Amino acid sequence: MDFITQHAILVVSLVKIALLLFIVLTALAYLTWFERKLIAHIQSRWGPVEVGAHGLLQPLADGLKFLFKEDLTPPGADKFLYILAPFLALALGLTTIALIPFGPPDVQVLGQSVFVVANVSIGLMFVFAITSIGVYGVALAGWSSNSKYPLMGGLRSSAQMISYEVALTLSVVGVVLLANTLNFNTMIEGQRGYYLHFIPRWNIIPQIIGFLCYFTSAVAETNRVPFDLPEAETELVAGFHTEYSSFKFAMFFMAEYANMITVSSLATILFLGGWLSPFPDGWTFMKYLPAVGLALLAIYLIYDTFVLARGIAKIQLIVITIGALAIALGCFHPLVLNVIQGPFWFCTKIGAIMFFYVWMRATLPRFRYDQLMAFGWKFLLPVSLANLVITALIKVWPLLVGRG
Amino acid sequence: MSLPFLVFFVCAFIAVLGALTLIIAKEPIHSALALVLVMISLAVLYLMLGAEFIAAVQVIVYAGAIMVLFVFVIMLLNAGSEERTDWSKMAKYAGMPLGLFLLPWLGHWMYYSAIGANVANGSLATSSSVSTRDMSNMLFNQYVFPFEATSVLILIAILGALVLAKRDDQ
Amino acid sequence: MNIVPISYYLVLSAILFGLGVIAFVFKRNIITIFMAIELMLNAVNLAFVAFARAHNQLDGLVFVFFVIVVAAAEAAVGLAIVITVYQNRQTLNIERINLLKF
Repeated sequence: MDFITQHAILVVSLVKIALLLFIVLTALAYLTWFERKLIAHIQSRWGPVEVGAHGLLQPLADGLKFLFKEDLTPPGADKFLYILAPFLALALGLTTIALIPFGPPDVQVLGQSVFVVANVSIGLMFVFAITSIGVYGVALAGWSSNSKYPLMGGLRSSAQMISYEVALTLSVVGVVLLANTLNFNTMIEGQRGYYLHFIPRWNIIPQIIGFLCYFTSAVAETNRVPFDLPEAETELVAGFHTEYSSFKFAMFFMAEYANMITVSSLATILFLGGWLSPFPDGWTFMKYLPAVGLALLAIYLIYDTFVLARGIAKIQLIVITIGALAIALGCFHPLVLNVIQGPFWFCTKIGAIMFFYVWMRATLPRFRYDQLMAFGWKFLLPVSLANLVITALIKVWPLLVGRG
Repeated sequence: MSLPFLVFFVCAFIAVLGALTLIIAKEPIHSALALVLVMISLAVLYLMLGAEFIAAVQVIVYAGAIMVLFVFVIMLLNAGSEERTDWSKMAKYAGMPLGLFLLPWLGHWMYYSAIGANVANGSLATSSSVSTRDMSNMLFNQYVFPFEATSVLILIAILGALVLAKRDDQ
Repeated sequence: MNIVPISYYLVLSAILFGLGVIAFVFKRNIITIFMAIELMLNAVNLAFVAFARAHNQLDGLVFVFFVIVVAAAEAAVGLAIVITVYQNRQTLNIERINLLKF
């Protein structure tokens, strides 16, 4: 026990990292489920329903499938780089999650804040640094496969990523100007308060152009539709991960979703107020929203179990329902309720952005490559710069007017 | 062996290993990746020296953009592997021993010189790390002329690269 | 916070610079030579940051910033030149690009 209190920062950090990895990896797997179900429902079909109740065991089945597939290396491939690339992509995708604050910093265990693993004073720049290195995963995957389609796909994809990285970074500087800091928690604290007593003072309202530029660049940066030409099936077979099979392919897949989570978390922190609740603090009944939401989910699950389900799905649903009921009842306890507020709102906002991502994938056609690059350099970059200049002008206007 | 020493030696070891891989590797792409490894370990060393902003700029600009450019060029040109033709006699019998003598001599001089003794006891810094605010204050107040000149330099570089890369028939 | 003496960083900077010089002199591929130049610039940057910490001044850091930016500009133009040379000579071996030799 003495060791734990003396080295509190080490022990608590290790526990946080282990928990966070576990939660994030599960979330990555269930993001695939979410995407398939949502695209299916938009396209008027069911999506995965066979494997578990509501298809909930589909990610598990997919994971097992990936593990058991044959793992071959193409002849002539550069072995070291071939194995390094997916590891690099996944490791970098998961590293940024250490910098994201999921809740307020005052919830503490042994003097260490619980909801953020590393509260760095220049957190924003570190996240951009890590996403900059993520380009190597894609480029090396394309190069090391010793084949034409992956090379073309890898080059195009990495060129796209570095082009949109510039617009991404510039569209965020407006927020940094407003917040006067690069630290995530301070930025979120600066978004407290309300206009007209009920509109939250989130950065999306003064920086709406910045948000639109950021979101477009983020979609392009993560190689998602409508910017996913480098990995589209009809264009380049499968782009830079053509020659990858089994677990390495699964790692690229997970790395793409991890990047999506990263840019969504950044969008939430910078523009949507992070872990702040959109309802004013005076409306204390809104604090029960997580508990009420979970209770409603439990009620729906009960209805589903006893009225709709058949066969083995019924048993699985009974287990899930009991779990949901237990968590819902636990949430009504005031201690748990206060702790859970921050993460609940953070995850809700990330969920909304993910919904947007998947919605775009289901509905939009994709850009051609030259249209894509022209859009990034000739439209997004000037617009982000203009946003930056206007924000800076508005910020120093009192000084200019005072002197002149 | 306290933690700062451990981190320093690990990063120094990785940096020197990367530099050696740069020299020894047969494929240019391996050399490029070794250089990226050197840059990232140097970024960690900058963090240890309290220069957070410079560490982030090093990773974003140097390792994340300049080296990506190198990797692109290597991939596009499909640069072949190094040929192992023999070095000149002068290089082998005079150059290498001189080089291997120069390195420890430089290191020894730096370690035991007056400047080395002056700063060998660490810093007298009151704050452990430099804030971005202080650095940007200095950048925009004292060094604003080099800043503007550098932006003109980047513009010239962009124009130069464009002119060089343009095909003749356009 | 700075328990490691500054001279350790300077020695590391010297070693990296020396290795950069060795790579510059002995390698044959133009792009690898270019990368050796970048290695030397990085070693110098490390020395600058170490001295900035030692004298507790920010000028060293600002200089490092400018070195990084100038290295970026130099890399862009240099690689464009390398591509042009490759298109004309079809080789990246500097011992074959010797048309101006006497």
